[in-house]
Amino acid sequence: MSVLNIAEVTKTFSGGTNAVDRFSLDVAGGELVCLLGPSGSGKSTLLRMVGGFEQPTGGRITIDGEDVTHLPPERRPTGMVFQSHALWTHMNVFKNVAFGLRLRRMPAKQIREKVEAVLELVGLAGYGDRMTTQLSGGQQQRVALARSLVLEPKILLLDEPFASLDQHLRERLRDEVRDIQQRLGITTLFVTHGQDEALSMADRIVVIANGRAEQIGRPDAVYRDPKTPFVAGFIGLMNLIEGEVKNGHFIRSEFTTPLPIADGPATLAIRPEALDLTASNAPTARVHRVTDYGSHGLVDLDLADGTRLKSTVANLDLFQAGQGVGLLPRAVAAYRENQQIYRS
Amino acid sequence: MTTLAPAHPRIDWSGMVLALLLTLVIVGPLLVVATWAFTEVWRYPNIIPQQFGFRFWGQTLGRPDVWNALILSLRLSTVVTLLSALICLPAAYAFARMTFPGRDILFFSFLAGHAFPKFGLLVAIAAIFLQLDLIGTFWGVVLIQLVGTLMFMIWIPVAAFQAVDRRMEEAARDVGAGPLRVFWSITLPQAGPTIAAALLLSFVGTFYETEGAWLIGAPGIRTMPILMISYINNQMVIQYGAVLSVLLWVPSFIALMFARRIIGGGAFARGFGG
Ligand SMILES: Nc1ncnc2c1ncn2[C@@H]1O[C@H](COP(=O)(O)OP(=O)(O)OP(=O)(O)O)[C@@H](O)[C@H]1O
Ligand SMILES: [Mg+2]
Repeated sequence: MSVLNIAEVTKTFSGGTNAVDRFSLDVAGGELVCLLGPSGSGKSTLLRMVGGFEQPTGGRITIDGEDVTHLPPERRPTGMVFQSHALWTHMNVFKNVAFGLRLRRMPAKQIREKVEAVLELVGLAGYGDRMTTQLSGGQQQRVALARSLVLEPKILLLDEPFASLDQHLRERLRDEVRDIQQRLGITTLFVTHGQDEALSMADRIVVIANGRAEQIGRPDAVYRDPKTPFVAGFIGLMNLIEGEVKNGHFIRSEFTTPLPIADGPATLAIRPEALDLTASNAPTARVHRVTDYGSHGLVDLDLADGTRLKSTVANLDLFQAGQGVGLLPRAVAAYRENQQIYRS
Repeated sequence: MTTLAPAHPRIDWSGMVLALLLTLVIVGPLLVVATWAFTEVWRYPNIIPQQFGFRFWGQTLGRPDVWNALILSLRLSTVVTLLSALICLPAAYAFARMTFPGRDILFFSFLAGHAFPKFGLLVAIAAIFLQLDLIGTFWGVVLIQLVGTLMFMIWIPVAAFQAVDRRMEEAARDVGAGPLRVFWSITLPQAGPTIAAALLLSFVGTFYETEGAWLIGAPGIRTMPILMISYINNQMVIQYGAVLSVLLWVPSFIALMFARRIIGGGAFARGFGG
């Protein structure tokens, strides 16, 4: 059963920017969905429309069957965590978290209990009397999370909440948020432009480009089977090769590989780990550079026309710069007119 | 010129000279006036008065017109400041946060009123007030002084409101606060120190205002500064004026102390920096 339904939602700003374009999404109860996309793709705008901070210029948003499209934020059962945490600096931690409960005219004793419980949940037990400016960036973000969670929203909205934190803290908070989210079973929309974040914590990923959903699916599915060249290039490392198909073969420079589709232009996608290198008398590519990542090696290759490809190899010692090699793709996908038309 | 961070401590001559000049220009005259207030006899060419005493304080404070003027001035300043806040704060918020047709022109006109010679404006207003029978009345003076406070009671709070993080306000909406509640609980406290500075300026500025008070208020309304001017003009006893002017410092001092208490030094400075 879906808790959040976004139907054909469009947002055109007064300047004419089409930030979100006929976007549709269904989010099930307890699900964590990541909105993943490059800068300016409309992720924040979409999230802000769900939270009620922007008005859609088209489409409908329903939460638990209730149409909230035109409700102001204070009347929506959503809780938002901002990138800049947006804590109220003139209140201490306790008052920040308690503010929403006070508005609901909850008795003081009950407020105290709830605030203490939620501070404990986010790992800030005993921090109630601190001023928010006396907290570290990570702690501030936890307070912001507590401030939303304490109201038990039906939908939690997070807009790049960890973007301003360092790598380690980001990973730790990411795990903590995922734990809390699963423990409370709270439906969550999470905006990020870090694919690690999306792949590691999401139940489902929505890849957004230019305000449209390019692909919606489970992280592994999006990674293994990108449906558009954009997704293929955006998630993980990918060789994307523009070329021609003739008589069942894909051709780019001296590189050809069997591809059973109709003749015409095509984009071929091969993961570096699915591109094997062979010794060859008639080499189709030349090794440009070899990089050792410890767990594996990465070989940069050039086709004769300069096209750069990457291949992951287990044994680095076999390759050195300048060497000619043959290419043997083990798995490919092909795209034409922005659609996937073949996958092996 | 001195560098920002000298490698070794040096005497900052330009700073010293500046401080000395400021002392001469500001503190000097104040000292002279203060000295006069406690002087009973001081004849040329002596540098120090021959006789100190409180005789003129007794005489000045014994006059009922002094007390009437003081109370009137305090009442005027309070009423004007409150009215100004009531009118200007919502207007400033609108200027800072909303877009409406004519917004820029309206905002500019608030500031432009102060770019022209003020007396001309006052005379024009006086002519209107004459028609309305407001000349010589308390509320007439309130109105004219209200006009005088508009500029900084709009300008400073606009800057203060604009400096408030929009996300903070959105976060408050998010947890269930309506627009008014957000203004009251988030925006106002965030802009608070700066707005307090504007209120203070308004109060003190009104207290010392003379042009409008004299033009509209005379002869019925005599505020402290006007009383002082008339003493200085009409009576050759310097001490009356000196005592009154020392008395006039009192509200500024109280206001400044009050400001320091509620705002704290740093925030107060920030208020003027925007
Ligand atoms: N208030 C606004 N007025 C006009 N245009 C806007 C406004 N807010 C966003 N936009 C435009 O809408 C588009 C999408 O912006 P949005 O902030 O949603 O992107 P994003 O995916 O969140 O990017 P980022 O990853 O950088 O945060 C951008 O082109 C942006 O310039
Ligand atoms: Mg964004």
